[in-house]
Amino acid sequence: MEIDPFIFRLSIFILSIFVGYYVVWSVTPSLHTPLMSVTNAISSVIIVGAVIAALAGSGEKIFELSNIFGFLAIILAAVNIFGGFLVTQRMLQMYKKKKK
Amino acid sequence: MSANLSAFFYLISGILFILALRGLSSPETSRQGNYFGIAGMAISIIVTFLSVGNFGPGFIYVLIFLVIGGSIGAFIAFRIPMTAMPELVAGFHSLVGLAAVFVAVSAFLKPEAFNLGAVGNIKLASLIEMSLGAAVGAVTFSGSIIAFLKLRGIMSGSPITFKGQHFINLILGLAVLFLIYYLCISQLSNIFWSLIIISFLLGVLIIIPIGGADMPVVISMLNSYSGWAAAGIGFTLENTALIITGALVGSSGAILSYIMCKGMNRSFFNVILGGWGATEQNKDSKNKEQKPVKNGNADDAAFLMKNASSVIIVPGYGMAVAQAQHALREMVDALKKNGVKVSYAIHPVAGRMPGHMNVLLAEANVPYDEVFELEEINNDFANCDVAYVIGANDVTNPVAKTDPQSPIFGMPVLDVEKSKSVLFVKRSLSPGYAGIDNDLFYRDNTLMLFADAKKMTEEIVKSL
Repeated sequence: MEIDPFIFRLSIFILSIFVGYYVVWSVTPSLHTPLMSVTNAISSVIIVGAVIAALAGSGEKIFELSNIFGFLAIILAAVNIFGGFLVTQRMLQMYKKKKK
Repeated sequence: MSANLSAFFYLISGILFILALRGLSSPETSRQGNYFGIAGMAISIIVTFLSVGNFGPGFIYVLIFLVIGGSIGAFIAFRIPMTAMPELVAGFHSLVGLAAVFVAVSAFLKPEAFNLGAVGNIKLASLIEMSLGAAVGAVTFSGSIIAFLKLRGIMSGSPITFKGQHFINLILGLAVLFLIYYLCISQLSNIFWSLIIISFLLGVLIIIPIGGADMPVVISMLNSYSGWAAAGIGFTLENTALIITGALVGSSGAILSYIMCKGMNRSFFNVILGGWGATEQNKDSKNKEQKPVKNGNADDAAFLMKNASSVIIVPGYGMAVAQAQHALREMVDALKKNGVKVSYAIHPVAGRMPGHMNVLLAEANVPYDEVFELEEINNDFANCDVAYVIGANDVTNPVAKTDPQSPIFGMPVLDVEKSKSVLFVKRSLSPGYAGIDNDLFYRDNTLMLFADAKKMTEEIVKSL
């Protein structure tokens, strides 16, 4: 019997939860705010779905309802991606060690 | 690009995202981690372009919208003051949530484009995944909007409660599950829209009863939700990068919520089911106000600290409100010139989001190796001459250790009272968020400095 590809995806998902669990516990508490902003930025990889939605369909009909939702999602996700990574960068640049 | 090749690249993105979080284990590696994250994102987007392979006029629009959104994001990222970080993160969460809803809607309207079947005949598994993604996304969106409004002060930070609230939430939660079930057997678009609307409503109702100082838990929780929503969509799109990221973000937010709840010694459900705010303890504290307190001024404080050999600073949300972090740093610099050893003690729930105080201190150029977490520094209070409490309250209350009747009993607190003297900067004797009186105010070794945190600190700098 063949295994449903869904099972593979579920395996990836569950293993990733474990990876996330151990990786996040090793994050130093002083960086918890950047952790939130960077997780925010990476969860915007949902833009992948937005791009597929926006580009669905044939050439002439660019602005069908489903495409419009795709374009809107692209804007939202793009705000998050750029905003999230840049604000994280800005924060991380401020963390300095004692000058000796 | 073949599906197998793009799946491989999505896996690489996923790994880069894991490395991005891994980098945050220390400030030195964190910046590199952020670049890994950016690289992962770039790979995902480019691979998607190539695998869709539609470079017609629509593609131009995609780029235009990408640039518009990106510019808005970049503008916000550079302009936002560090004190506003909690509301920024809440705002960003809402965008992820809404984007998840939009992608799910689009997939529902045009399943062929996503390879999920046809309208009215969407594959069952896909339908479950997308409706879960949409529901969680909608809750994330509306919940984050409420959190944003509360943190921004547009909406009152005090808990909004009404009779039967939990019952209504329960009904709505069950309605969501029922609608998902009904959607799966009927495939009706009206059901799909109702599901989204009810989820929006549920998000609002879940967050309104939660008070201002519980926001660290709320933000972490919404962070987690945004991850689960992304994962739901990832399953729909059969996209590894999205599944991995969703799982990472989901568990990250869950761990942060756990850490925050532990910092308050409260269960997750206790926080979610509403605030501490309006307990009877409020009335109790009125009778206690007669107790004598020692009142000091900036000169007294300066004198005490100048002659101390070690000082521990305890910052809290009040420091963020007063924007006192820069003045505080100046004060510490002046003290260091006098040969005083200074360190900072951060309680896990100080501020409005995890790590809030650390970012503000970093902004004021405080080296991170002078800043310590509760467990690292708590034993040092006994050997310290002066504790300078600025804008913190409940997290220093010794009652948490002594009075089993107190609502905060058992909460880990900073042992501030063990230091030889305590300087407590506060505007008045009013109780903190938990609505209970702080025993520390009336101790013999406590000197109250009644003033705005920033002004008081600046005055101390002058008299040093």
